[in-house]
Amino acid sequence: MFNPSYLVALKSIWRKETNRFLRIWVQTLVPPVITMSLYFVIFGNLIGSRIGQMNGFDYMSFIVPGLIMMSVITNSYSNVASSFFSAKFQRNVEELLVAPVPNYVIIWGYIGGGVTRGLMVGFMVTCVSLFFVDLHIFNMFILILSVLCTSVLFSIGGLLNAIFAKTFDDISIIPTFVLTPLTYLGGVFYSINLLPEFWQSVSHFNPVFYMINAFRYGFLGVADVSLVWSFSVITAFIVGLYSLVAILLSKGIGIRS
Amino acid sequence: MYAIDLKGITKIYKGGVEALKGISLQVQEGDFYALLGPNGAGKSTTIGIISSLVNKSAGKVTVFGYDLDTQLEQAKSQIGLVPQEFNFNQFEPPLQILVNQAGYYGIKRKEALVRAEKYLKQLDLWEKRDQPSRELSGGMKRRLMIARALMHEPRLLILDEPTAGVDIEVRRSMWEFLQLINQQGVTIILTTHYLEEAEMLCRNIGIIDKGRLVENTSMKSLLGRLGTETFILDVDPPTHLPSSDAFSIKQTDEVTLEVEIDKAQSLNKVFSELSAQGIRVNSMRNKANRLEELFIELVEKGAKNV
Repeated sequence: MFNPSYLVALKSIWRKETNRFLRIWVQTLVPPVITMSLYFVIFGNLIGSRIGQMNGFDYMSFIVPGLIMMSVITNSYSNVASSFFSAKFQRNVEELLVAPVPNYVIIWGYIGGGVTRGLMVGFMVTCVSLFFVDLHIFNMFILILSVLCTSVLFSIGGLLNAIFAKTFDDISIIPTFVLTPLTYLGGVFYSINLLPEFWQSVSHFNPVFYMINAFRYGFLGVADVSLVWSFSVITAFIVGLYSLVAILLSKGIGIRS
Repeated sequence: MYAIDLKGITKIYKGGVEALKGISLQVQEGDFYALLGPNGAGKSTTIGIISSLVNKSAGKVTVFGYDLDTQLEQAKSQIGLVPQEFNFNQFEPPLQILVNQAGYYGIKRKEALVRAEKYLKQLDLWEKRDQPSRELSGGMKRRLMIARALMHEPRLLILDEPTAGVDIEVRRSMWEFLQLINQQGVTIILTTHYLEEAEMLCRNIGIIDKGRLVENTSMKSLLGRLGTETFILDVDPPTHLPSSDAFSIKQTDEVTLEVEIDKAQSLNKVFSELSAQGIRVNSMRNKANRLEELFIELVEKGAKNV
């Protein structure tokens, strides 16, 4: 049975996590907005005007959903990865480990922090994009569901990274060598229909592709693969990674001696 | 009721290091218990296992009757931990640290703020409540960890070297505070390298050495094992070193004598002999290293037996 005190604990972890990234807003909230503004200017305005249309839309309108999603992914991930690893490094994770807090409350508390930052940055980037493009929303429900699921998934990914990390290098390796390539190759800047058949098949193994696909559908109403399949893949990844994190924490891997 | 009951606790770390070799130990509710031992003896590992920061390899732990294996959350709720190293977020201010910690124990924010004010005031930290905690002095950081451990009002407070590196004034105020909360019914387990601290505060004592509990008894009975006692006498400058067949005496400086007497002997005899030799005693105090002598003796005995 759910103990009401767990809800207080969950709120406490979430508040602590949110305060953390708000306290250092110059490092956490401003850079992604500036980076994405540059993407809008360079890829959208300058280069995009020479590219023409993509899937029936002008290039700027096509890449905006992908760029918003890219900022949500990287911020959700890095928030949890750096926060949980810092808590391990400074040993203040022990504050949680000695308290009567079940592991699932700890996990969702950190996810809550990652999702809050991811969505906050996503919203700010969306606001900036309005200076460059006239945004139309095709399906608000799909839009919100896809961005929420993606943020949850990458928050769990960040937690998994932090559990295994032993040095600060370890929490930058995965974003640099795995997350960034997956995002760039997930169809942020192009429709996979442009790729040769072999690379189209390879793209289907990239989970980020399904997230951008669903999110773009929310804005534009066009998708490279079916939404049911996209959400099935995202859900499968969430369940898989969540289970892995839950098992690791219950065994004390990376947090207890 | 036992505040803690350890039965056959062993801990083997990765790499095969056996930190604890079957420790069994009980601490009564309301006790002020000292856990002593040389560096690396297994004190922190024992505390880590009780507070569930370290996974035990074998054995059973109960905290106020709650089994750590089957009733983990109830057991955790009984314990407040003050670890050896500063383990709070150094970027957060004390008030936020305390309110967060209370939240993890299910205490709502409104109540948490009231408790935080109470403990920050009691521990002289209220003025620093909004200052980043990295800017606090060492003594303040130690007191902050005590306040944090008390936020959920635990029945058992475990302190791992709480006065390490703090000045004597702060140390004494911490002793007074700990004595006060012990009188209010909180069981306290303390590890320390200051044996004077253990002797002054604790009623019972356990000594761990090389992963084994080599002693577990009352402070009184342990100290009672000392055959002799040493007193320091402040005297008027003596013209000569007094001699005595009944007790050993040495002069440490011009106005100080150190007299070691057998427990069975009377102090009256010391005074009458010194008086007969024309030495005037102005004041007298017990040499506060009695526990230290026993501690070294027990640990050395343990080393020989290995």
